[in-house]
Amino acid sequence: MKIMVAVKRVVDYAVKIRVKPDKSGVETQNVKMSMNPFCEIALEEALKIKESGLAKEVVAVSMGPSNCVDTLRTGLAMGADRAIHVEASRDLVPLTVAKLLKKLVEVENPGLLILGKQAIDDDCNQTGQMIAGLLGWPQGTFASKVVLDKEKQVATVDREVDGGLETLCLDLPAVITTDLRLNQPRYATLPNIMKAKSKPIKKITPEELNVDVKSDLEVVQVTEPPKRKAGVILSSVDELIDKLKNEAHVI
Amino acid sequence: ASTLVLAEHEGGSIKAQSLSAVVAASSIGQDNRVSLLLAGSGSSLQQAAEKAATCHPSISQVLVADSDKFAYPLAEPWAKLIQLVQLKGGYSHVIATSSSFGKNILPRAAALLDVSPVTDVVGINGTHQFIRPIYAGNALCTVRYTGANPCMLSVRSTSFPVPPISGDSKSDGASISEVDLSTLDEDSIGKSRFIKLSSEETDLPDLGSARVVVTGGRALKSAENFKMIEKLAEKLGAAVGATRAAVDAGFVPNELQVGQTGKIVAPELYMAFGVSGAIQHLAGMKDSKVIVAVNKDADAPIFQVADYGLVGDLFEVIPELLEKLPEKK
Repeated sequence: MKIMVAVKRVVDYAVKIRVKPDKSGVETQNVKMSMNPFCEIALEEALKIKESGLAKEVVAVSMGPSNCVDTLRTGLAMGADRAIHVEASRDLVPLTVAKLLKKLVEVENPGLLILGKQAIDDDCNQTGQMIAGLLGWPQGTFASKVVLDKEKQVATVDREVDGGLETLCLDLPAVITTDLRLNQPRYATLPNIMKAKSKPIKKITPEELNVDVKSDLEVVQVTEPPKRKAGVILSSVDELIDKLKNEAHVI
Repeated sequence: ASTLVLAEHEGGSIKAQSLSAVVAASSIGQDNRVSLLLAGSGSSLQQAAEKAATCHPSISQVLVADSDKFAYPLAEPWAKLIQLVQLKGGYSHVIATSSSFGKNILPRAAALLDVSPVTDVVGINGTHQFIRPIYAGNALCTVRYTGANPCMLSVRSTSFPVPPISGDSKSDGASISEVDLSTLDEDSIGKSRFIKLSSEETDLPDLGSARVVVTGGRALKSAENFKMIEKLAEKLGAAVGATRAAVDAGFVPNELQVGQTGKIVAPELYMAFGVSGAIQHLAGMKDSKVIVAVNKDADAPIFQVADYGLVGDLFEVIPELLEKLPEKK
């Protein structure tokens, strides 16, 4: 079985982002970029499945401008066998990403498609569900545990839902999106980083995949959220109870 | 405008959170006709439908999809159902609450309808312009939807609070009709099967809708110590929350996690004990009306968002609070 993993290049999770003064977006020039943390978890899960002998190949896919190749190299250094870069200059909405992924799936025929549950830049949380819908595959979103049964061709997935943990059984091929607790992604070692340089990255364009990259969403403006005003530091529990009772009127 | 609201129900009633989607629908426009879609099977579904018909004055119709296929909230049949109902009803908007149910189902349905959904909406400016947080709430993005109908949204329930229903404003009752499922496309239904839902039983209020939330962080040190938080919550009639660190350390189950990847809460009073205030945690609670922080470390970032801070040892502060707080009426 082949596993395909979609990875996104985003502003590093540790960077404190700045909204551009002209409100057109968030500053991404000269800012550290990394693989989206949820995508790292997705790739780690695919690699673990391969290492357990249940998959033969892991293919990493990324979409966007040419520097997405850096993210794919990171994925190859973690252990992906090869990579596909769909080169697109404009921002892609999740629906377009899902359509592009669908075309790649039709060529590559993976048995499992793993994605992060959301990207930490736009926080959309859509692409996995959309590609599953387009393919007519079952979906296991927000996964915290995945168990594959090769004989029965099913995946048992624990999902983190509002009310607790939901367990589903999915027929393969399936789409899985990862939550934080699924695993702890590995670091790429230096020898693997060197090895990754010779692994193949195939480049392809949306035109070649015959997908129109139009968007039905328009960013009007991006602004800073309202700041909370600074509060007061109190000196005792008595004072706290008094404030909550007589000033805030919440107890 | 005409809006289809996707609602969740449980034990014969509409979930309170789902009503936030109805409130959001009412803020889209004055003449917005709201149809509520319920799916499930058996008598609890019919009960929920009857309650739904009178639960909010702006609901004009309740659509009921009764089939074993909807016995569990699976995305595959639900997405096909939404597609079917949309093709028949031609709604201008489809709205769900961004609960784990809405997040799971809405984008799949949107893909089937070939439209881009707008998820996690916190503000509505007219029929096609919405505000949503990005970068874990560190920026707010205003987007305009320019595509074909329906415009699909998931909305944060904390941003569209449901006003208490007053006795005399009771609605006349919406019509209830069954969805004709004879043309439901069954492709992909059955490829996912529900096995089980594991959850902790609790008498405390639900985290997502509680008036008061008491949260503990890693500084609680153990599951045993975390019981102090539960005791305090009990005294205040509050829900219990936890940071990701506390969940990862195994003190409490995951469903209590407050933060970017956990629950988003906005109670009247939020009390954080031993919580440092990581950006990801703040994203889940900074819209609370009154925030109280107790932490040993005077430099903890949580104090920057707290209305009332107390620098001190929670192992001394909590027992003192338990002793001195007035009994809940």
